Amino acid sequence: MITASNPSLPATAADLPEPKRWGDRLFKTITFLSAAMVGVGFLLVAYVLIQGAWPAIKLYGWSFLSNTHWNPVTDNYGALPFIVGTLVTSLIALLIAVPLSVGTAIFLTDLAPLWMRQPLTSVIEMLAAVPSVIWGLWGLFVLMPWLHDVPYTWLNKHFSFIPLFAGPIEGSGACILTAGIIVAIMILPIVTSVSREILRSVPDLQREAAYGLGATRWEVTRIAVLSYARRGLMGAAVLGLGRALGETMAVTMVVGNSPKIHASLLQPGWTLASVIANQFGEASGEIQRSVLYEIGLVLVGVTILVNIGALILIKSIETPGSRRT
Amino acid sequence: MSHHDQYRKLKSTFMSVLAVFCALLVVLPLILVFFYLLKMGFSSLNLNFFTKVPTAAGENGGGMANAIVGTLELMGLALIMGVPLGLLGGIFLSEHGSERTNGWIRFGADVLNGVPSIVWGMACYTLVVVPMGGYSAFAGGLALSFIMVPLVLRTTEEVLVLVPHAYREAGLALGIPHWKITVNIVLRTAFKGIVTGVLLGLGRVAGETAPILFTALGSTSWNHSLKEPIAALPIQIYYYAISPFEDQNRQAWAGALVLIVIVFLLSTSVRMISNRRKRA
Amino acid sequence: MSDQAKSVADSSPSAPTPAPQPGSASPASMPSAKAEVAFDIQDLSIFYGKTQAIKNVHLQIPAMSVTAIIGPSGCGKSTALRALNRMHELTPGARHTGKILMKGEDLYGPHVDATVVRRRVGMVFQKSNPFPTLSISENVLVGLRLNGVRDKAFLNQRLEESLRMSALWDEVKDSLNRPGTSLSGGQQQRLCIARALAVRPEILLMDEPCSALDPIATAKVEELIHALKSQYTVVIVTHNMQQAARVSENTAFFYMGSLIEFGPTEQIFMNPKNPQTEAYVSGRFG
Ligand SMILES: Nc1ncnc2c1ncn2[C@@H]1O[C@H](COP(=O)(O)OP(=O)(O)O)[C@@H](O)[C@H]1O
Ligand SMILES: [Mg+2]
Repeated sequence: MITASNPSLPATAADLPEPKRWGDRLFKTITFLSAAMVGVGFLLVAYVLIQGAWPAIKLYGWSFLSNTHWNPVTDNYGALPFIVGTLVTSLIALLIAVPLSVGTAIFLTDLAPLWMRQPLTSVIEMLAAVPSVIWGLWGLFVLMPWLHDVPYTWLNKHFSFIPLFAGPIEGSGACILTAGIIVAIMILPIVTSVSREILRSVPDLQREAAYGLGATRWEVTRIAVLSYARRGLMGAAVLGLGRALGETMAVTMVVGNSPKIHASLLQPGWTLASVIANQFGEASGEIQRSVLYEIGLVLVGVTILVNIGALILIKSIETPGSRRT
Repeated sequence: MSHHDQYRKLKSTFMSVLAVFCALLVVLPLILVFFYLLKMGFSSLNLNFFTKVPTAAGENGGGMANAIVGTLELMGLALIMGVPLGLLGGIFLSEHGSERTNGWIRFGADVLNGVPSIVWGMACYTLVVVPMGGYSAFAGGLALSFIMVPLVLRTTEEVLVLVPHAYREAGLALGIPHWKITVNIVLRTAFKGIVTGVLLGLGRVAGETAPILFTALGSTSWNHSLKEPIAALPIQIYYYAISPFEDQNRQAWAGALVLIVIVFLLSTSVRMISNRRKRA
Repeated sequence: MSDQAKSVADSSPSAPTPAPQPGSASPASMPSAKAEVAFDIQDLSIFYGKTQAIKNVHLQIPAMSVTAIIGPSGCGKSTALRALNRMHELTPGARHTGKILMKGEDLYGPHVDATVVRRRVGMVFQKSNPFPTLSISENVLVGLRLNGVRDKAFLNQRLEESLRMSALWDEVKDSLNRPGTSLSGGQQQRLCIARALAVRPEILLMDEPCSALDPIATAKVEELIHALKSQYTVVIVTHNMQQAARVSENTAFFYMGSLIEFGPTEQIFMNPKNPQTEAYVSGRFG
């Protein structure tokens, strides 16, 4: 028989102790169960949120999503102000962050001298490491007063006839636009680093072919690089959108926390994530807590969909195993 | 050279300048935030800050000693609860799973990575705080560990697949059981990479506020038990930042400086490890 | 028979040891007829998905001697070799039909554990692969340690024996705690041989063990193989025909997954029966 006996000092390989047959199976099972926790994570979130939101769902139905009121006294709750606030701040953030990030990514891959690339990449990693609450603190005490005193006052003075910049502006400077700017800063690193990976994955052949045709540097970037990487860059932007939708602490600190929908970006607002952060801990009564669960449900549903979209767009270019955090 | 060519050249130069400008604008916020952290935070740091717990609202003085320790404690809890799961899951992806299951698990982990962190706070509030009848350090650590699992899982897989297949073959050809090769040879070879991933994860959760806001809750005194609320730097910074008292605002800056030092110490050690790895 | 083939079969002057005398070692007809059989391969076919890498091979590999497998690149040498210690099972999508008997026992029998087979049939790879995190001594002993052997004195004794067998002891005895990867390429390959020998397998498989080595290191490994055959059955894959001629008693020539010819090395090189074999050993292709 091809088996092993078991003396303590094995003269030959056949004398080595019998391998334990369950060892590999047990290890594989344990590692599989750990990996499967990813799926459990989804179920957990879904269970917690749906179960918590159930009373509110039964009470308000679909009208919850279109109701613009938020009145804890009469228990009249609607999510629309938060949905609008979240979408508008995220949109502002994307409008600011995507061009800057793609520009920086182009600079990093095609223009910057070699010695500069590593330090600049490190700086962007550091930017990503700054915690949300610190951006909030800085936004609250540095950025917001300045925005109020200089650009907002000026905008309001000269452009208040445009509804987007209508007054009266808050004395503190807390408003939807401020939140959008802070979120833009916070998503810059991820959009930049994903864009850079995408641009780097463009084959050099593409660039060389364009140069061979006598294209200028910008034409090479536009024709060979950007058109090739368009899908991936869109993925980077959508990934940034996913992060923007969920930004919580910094937004809470600068958005003004007011459940009203205004046409003006210079007026305070509120977002899905920041209303949870603000009110979940001391929710007054079961209904309000259930409503906040439902807001969480909306938030998670939207971010998961957005993230899935981003991953699909990026996958089309990405090499297996490249990192995204 | 024709006018058209000149125009093309000019446009190209303009776009290059624009790209440089973008890069500068991206770096600017980091410089500004550092400048203010040093300016406002440094002047507020003193011995009390590191040795005292907060005073009653409105009174000057006091410190964040309990919050500093609390943040380290929460990081430790996240490490203990989150790393084993992420590590084992990453091992499954690189050593066992089929292409198809792996695709799904990777996809799931990436999507979980994008779930707003406050949601983990809600989950742990529901699953731990409510049944246990109160806010606790344990609930906070658990919420942070939920954030760590997918991060550690992905980085572990990434570094394990870099371990050359030849080492696994060599081990298997010696008749060593697969799992022993994984633990004794593959993990050991990838050790530095795994540590890097764990440190990156810790750096991320160290600064998280939203998930611990209604799990760990925060506290103005020392924590003595996993079942009690615990203070943490991000929570303390948040409440002191929005506080009407100037002395608390001042301490928020000091706390932010300490927090960023913790986060950057972690990421610097990551860079040192991976640089040494590159040289080796 | 071409002149070239003759010069190939003559032992090369640079070889440190005299070439084996295949004629005296085994009979000229079926080589396995009298010697004990290490592997009895019966109608073996191996598939990677839909492509068939090994086609209906029958082969008896004699024990206590060196058998070389030669053939052009991609003809299935490695695949055939890896089937002998069940390493090919690790390739996703690989499967086989037919039988391999090892000393009369079915290697793939329902109650046979692949890890036990691999302990008894050691393997050395084309590229040396000492474990980078382990020291020289840990590399040698890893097969014993991770298979549950703890006795210190026994391990030390086995360490020295194995390093002596692989002719490495004198070179490394003062640096046993240095990393295995700190050695030179040739030393690393001999360390891998010591590592395989430390568990005392009955058979040693080598897949082009010298293809990444310089001539001096190659000569050392060949010398080593020569010394091993008194205690071990060695099966070596090589696409270097001089090497096959220098180290082996018997040679199997594979072409496109089929075993074309098997016989005493001298006969394969001097007097091949099959025209394809002749074409190959005379250097007309491959
Ligand atoms: N892992 C694999 N998957 C698919 N086909 C393989 C694999 N390994 C080898 N093959 C195929 O099997 C044949 C034999 O390969 P191999 O045994 O490595 O040849 P040799 O060692 O003689 O060069 C080749 O055609 C090769 O393409
Ligand atoms: Mg081969």
